[in-house]
Amino acid sequence: MTVRDALNVAMEEEMLRDESVFIMGEEVARYNGAYKITKGLLDKFGEKRVVDTPITEMGFAGMAVGAALAGLRPVCEFMTFNFAMQAIDQIVNSAGKTYYMSGGNVPCPVVFRGPNGAAAGVGAQHSQDYAAWYGSVPGLKVVSPWSAEDCKGLLKVHSGSIHSTCRSLSAAIRDPNPVVFLENEMMYGISFPMSQEAMSDNFTLPIGKCKVERVGKDVTIVAHSKMVTHSMEAAEILEKEEGIQAEVINLRSIRPLDIDTIKESVKKTNRLLIVEGGFPAFGVGSEICAQIIESEAFDYLDAPVERVTGADVPTPYATNLEALAFPDTPLIVKVAKRALYRV
Amino acid sequence: MLRSVRSLHIRSQTLVKGRGLANAAPKFPAQSQGHLPTSNSPLVSKLQFFNSVTSESGQIPTYRVLDGMGKLIDGAEVPDALSEDFARRLYENMQLLPTLDNLLYNVQRQGKISFYVTSYGEEATIIGSAAALAPDDEVLGQYREMGVLLWRGFGVNSVMAQCFGNQEDKSGKGRQMPMHFGSPELHFHTISSTLATQIPHAAGVGYALKRDPSRRGKNVAVVYFGEGAASEGDFHAGMLLASTIPAPTVFIARNNGFAISTPASEQFYGDGIAARGPGYGVDTVRVDGNDILAVLNAVKEARRRCLESGRAVLIEAMTYRVGHHSTSDDSFAYRGRQEVEDRKKIDNPITRFRLFMESQGWWSSDEEEELKRRLKKDVLEAFKRAEGVKRHQLKELFSDVYGGQEPWNIKEQREELASLLKKYGEVWEPWRNELGNFQDKGQELFKE
Repeated sequence: MTVRDALNVAMEEEMLRDESVFIMGEEVARYNGAYKITKGLLDKFGEKRVVDTPITEMGFAGMAVGAALAGLRPVCEFMTFNFAMQAIDQIVNSAGKTYYMSGGNVPCPVVFRGPNGAAAGVGAQHSQDYAAWYGSVPGLKVVSPWSAEDCKGLLKVHSGSIHSTCRSLSAAIRDPNPVVFLENEMMYGISFPMSQEAMSDNFTLPIGKCKVERVGKDVTIVAHSKMVTHSMEAAEILEKEEGIQAEVINLRSIRPLDIDTIKESVKKTNRLLIVEGGFPAFGVGSEICAQIIESEAFDYLDAPVERVTGADVPTPYATNLEALAFPDTPLIVKVAKRALYRV
Repeated sequence: MLRSVRSLHIRSQTLVKGRGLANAAPKFPAQSQGHLPTSNSPLVSKLQFFNSVTSESGQIPTYRVLDGMGKLIDGAEVPDALSEDFARRLYENMQLLPTLDNLLYNVQRQGKISFYVTSYGEEATIIGSAAALAPDDEVLGQYREMGVLLWRGFGVNSVMAQCFGNQEDKSGKGRQMPMHFGSPELHFHTISSTLATQIPHAAGVGYALKRDPSRRGKNVAVVYFGEGAASEGDFHAGMLLASTIPAPTVFIARNNGFAISTPASEQFYGDGIAARGPGYGVDTVRVDGNDILAVLNAVKEARRRCLESGRAVLIEAMTYRVGHHSTSDDSFAYRGRQEVEDRKKIDNPITRFRLFMESQGWWSSDEEEELKRRLKKDVLEAFKRAEGVKRHQLKELFSDVYGGQEPWNIKEQREELASLLKKYGEVWEPWRNELGNFQDKGQELFKE
């Protein structure tokens, strides 16, 4: 199943299950979605449940927040998270903080979703990765899925329908929390095998837990979103060419961050790489590195923690320059070897 | 002797005067050359610019019922619902609001609460509009709408609890600064500090009401904001959404002449907030915000239209901020005392209604004294009581960040505080004293 289909199916299942779930955003209805993620949903559910909005992120994000405060469960689509900067006050200050500030009186069960990070040839103002920005805000939950299974299970979780029987420990069944759901445009068309369980309409995944995508013993590679693909490729190469067994961890959740799984992995492998598409300064990698060295895992490190990140420049448009501005598989291989003192 | 109400000219203008010749909205030409395709816009051969929404080059008129002496003006309509009881209830709330303001402003000055926002001068706008709504219409305020809560029965004790942040505070569990009231029972959304963000929220709340079969056609969302806040992008965004989606939301702009020190004449160049309504295609009215009967009539009709059309309606209530912006402001730094005194005399919303009530035989100076005495006593008692109430449990510092299962980082922080308190809570005097302010002395933290 492609990531695109997984997201589509997840939304459809939740909208069938819970009448209060509805979708709003630019182009989501009549156009079937700027990236076709909401394809067919207008036909199935009608105008009241799939709502096209005028071009004002501040407006429709604010409206989504208000609808959530009044008891509905909106799924608010941003065409990309770059445009969500127009609405960031609504996301951070209204959605994120209202439950706390109102003394628990007013939950805000809204989902903000859309493509995050780099695409291909979209330029500086359309390529930024916002995981670190939203990840720093208490009150928000932030998810960055990779595979089709991730997308289906995690989106359903915080569409948080009351009827879904979530077998996990997560309280997402009645999750009253606002969730920032960071997709990636380049992943939409990628197909992943889906287990029988993942195909069921009750399938959910807990927010706040990573997944070890590939078990290894020599070096830990933590990544999120598209970078998991590159990390998995790098792990293949490392094994074939160097006999290095890399453990690849798919973060899935930026906030809450599952530092325990990473810690256990570092205690096993003694070396850590964090791979992300975002800018290096004040990023996801910085946070994980800090939490690791603050923990008992520090004593297990045999090499400095390595961050593999996007370049510290506004993303260039020219294809050749853009390729240099983001991590790729050879780079991850090189850095993994450096962590093993093999370079 | 009240000056004639002609002299509502004040140095800080609530509306821009003398913008040169305002060019009226163009009249339809006698002979149209047809229309643009898929539009009713007539094609004309005369190049005509315009900058006004009114057809006669003047400003949008202001609806009023009572004059400055509380007498009905020519052609005025008294609200249907106006019985003596209702009028008394209106008046009592109009007096309760400044009674609370008087006390709590001074209490802030004495350092007993950290902050306060008065509503002086806007009593008619707030109480009048609240009284025209259904008790379960969803209200989203900015920060000067405590009167709506008072009308709905919030009570002085609840006001005190929030301002003192004590354990009886249900608006925010003692976390928030004063004036951040909220009450799901009274359908009053928790006040948030960010300016104008409540405006698109209100479009969303309206949408939710429309989606609910038990409330569709029965309730509206109502959002209040000042003429300054209406400059924010959120105002335009919210108006746009509520007019296009559409959502049954009543927009009430309190044009009180000031945004802290910025006079309305510097806040916008157009004809107030009302001129914007037609730009969004929504029904709009400008009302004398200091005339409670006019406010009642206008809001009632706005609400009716809003329910009928399911679409935004805009009211601009013209009033004057008699007090300072808040306890962090000294407005005499930017306006003369005489201006404020004049305004209190010539256009006092409370006086205007009192004179009307007296003319109906519904009020007397004895009752005036008695009311003031009683309200002052109630407010003072509530204050003295609130001073002694302890704070919420200390563990509430960490609750409600998330709903549902608590993430590990919250748990970790709480445990860290608990271990510090265990170690130093009894032995270090500053902490021991501080812990005494909390309902449980911090003991609940140790139970986790």
